[in-house]
Amino acid sequence: MLGKVVVRAVLNGQECEFLADPRQTLLEVLREELHLTGTKEGCGNGNCGACTVIVNGRPVNSCLMLAVQAQDAVIETVEGLARGSKLHPLQQVFLEEAALQCGICTPGFLMAAKALLDVNPDPTEAEVRHYLAGNLCRCTGYDKIVRAVLKAAQVLREESEKAAEVSA
Amino acid sequence: MKPFEYVAARTIDEAVEALASSKGPAKPLAGGTDLVVQLNEGRITLDRVVDIGRIPELKRVDVDAQGQLRLGAAAPCVDVYSHLNVQRLFPMLVDSASIIGSVQVQSRASIGGNLCNASPSGDSIPTLICLGAQAVIQGPSGRRVVPVEEFCTGPGQTVLQPAELVVEIVVPAPGENEGGKYLRFIPRNEMDIAVVGVGSWIRWEPQSGRITDARIALGAVAPTPVRAPEAEAALIGKEVSWDVIDEASRLAVNAARPISDVRGSAEYRRHLVSVLVRRTLLAALERAGVDVKDLGGEAYAG
Ligand SMILES: Cc1cc2nc3c(=O)[nH]c(=O)nc-3n(C[C@@H](O)[C@@H](O)[C@H](O)COP(=O)(O)OP(=O)(O)OC[C@H]3O[C@@H](n4cnc5c(N)ncnc54)[C@H](O)[C@@H]3O)c2cc1C
Ligand code: FES
Ligand code: FES
Repeated sequence: MLGKVVVRAVLNGQECEFLADPRQTLLEVLREELHLTGTKEGCGNGNCGACTVIVNGRPVNSCLMLAVQAQDAVIETVEGLARGSKLHPLQQVFLEEAALQCGICTPGFLMAAKALLDVNPDPTEAEVRHYLAGNLCRCTGYDKIVRAVLKAAQVLREESEKAAEVSA
Repeated sequence: MKPFEYVAARTIDEAVEALASSKGPAKPLAGGTDLVVQLNEGRITLDRVVDIGRIPELKRVDVDAQGQLRLGAAAPCVDVYSHLNVQRLFPMLVDSASIIGSVQVQSRASIGGNLCNASPSGDSIPTLICLGAQAVIQGPSGRRVVPVEEFCTGPGQTVLQPAELVVEIVVPAPGENEGGKYLRFIPRNEMDIAVVGVGSWIRWEPQSGRITDARIALGAVAPTPVRAPEAEAALIGKEVSWDVIDEASRLAVNAARPISDVRGSAEYRRHLVSVLVRRTLLAALERAGVDVKDLGGEAYAG
């Protein structure tokens, strides 16, 4: 059976359904069918990380995944980071620390950094640099990005401590 | 790109059947980190793609009570190197699985796919050879088992027949006083293809201080990963010493038949073989419980 396949997934917390040609990557479907253009294409072959999204809790290159492989997956993209008009701490700190210039790499860095902090809330600088090695940036020289991730980690830890106090 | 049909197999039998019944060329899809790139770039044209990433048996990473590892062919690298018993019993496999691409790539790339893609520089293959791993293959005519050492037949070429699938990779339980190490040389710290990769594995006898068994496998210096038999022979039966390691590292070069390409000249690759054999042997001995600081010579630098 050639032709399109119905794919059901959870995208940024919402159930969704889309039709995918088996040739389409998840990146193409996100951008061109679902109009979520926050996820960027740099290289299209897994080397730059601009297309990073989180699938079932893990960072992946959406350019290397066929959209049909996303059947039943839980997908997070940069559009799902902010809560309403409140930016996610990673986004807020990236702005404050000037961790971006042209910005094309930023959604990929944000999602890779979120995947890291989801499993390791208190990473060392070396751990951040290692984890982000699959994300390329032509503008910033990386230092500001690494500092922003470390600072966002701290903000997130403080937020969760406060939340724990309130519920205690 | 020519349209292809996508089949998500739920069982191994369904996958074999879907591959066998395809009218035109068909291939299994695991993590897709090689195959999707090859399709996108038009390097390969398929009529049917059979997704094996949804078959539970192919995703498992199991270490049994005896310490034998059964690795589902489609389990992603992250599941391999995060597994506590793999870390404890097969640190050499962690060496390989944790350097294949970025964390994004490791979320999807499988060891089975790395093996079946049969790149001369595939970072898992020398390690699997050193550990004596076997590939369990299933196809239309049943199951067969092939040692990983005999699996690759050329760049991108393997012993797999049409519609055959690697279902699992079996790694025997490690014994006492054994250790292995894989290292590659790349000009960057991360995210690059090996100029040369070397795996060394050793067993010794603490009472006599003698090496009782050794395996050395070289990557990216021949059409397939290759053993270095002269170097291995120079180790077996000898007392552990710096001179023995040094001699083996020089003999290992005889097994390399490198080409010159953008990543390095043949001469440079031969030099890297000796350096990496020395480093991996020292690290393997250390993992096997040898106090390598007592050996003198060049300190372990990897
Ligand atoms: C950015 C990037 C960096 C990389 N860096 C490295 C690196 O540093 N070192 C390295 O070694 N590799 C590297 N790779 C390649 C590595 O990701 C792949 O070799 C990977 O391990 C293949 O596994 P997969 O599950 O993605 O396979 P797929 O791409 O799904 O399949 C690969 C091939 O094997 C076949 N196949 C897969 N599974 C089976 C099976 N069970 N039985 C039969 N055939 C099968 C497929 O049909 C296909 O031909 C990199 C790739 C990318 C994109
Ligand atoms: S666009 Fe996917 S890694 Fe570059
Ligand atoms: S900000 Fe321009 S590429 Fe990173």
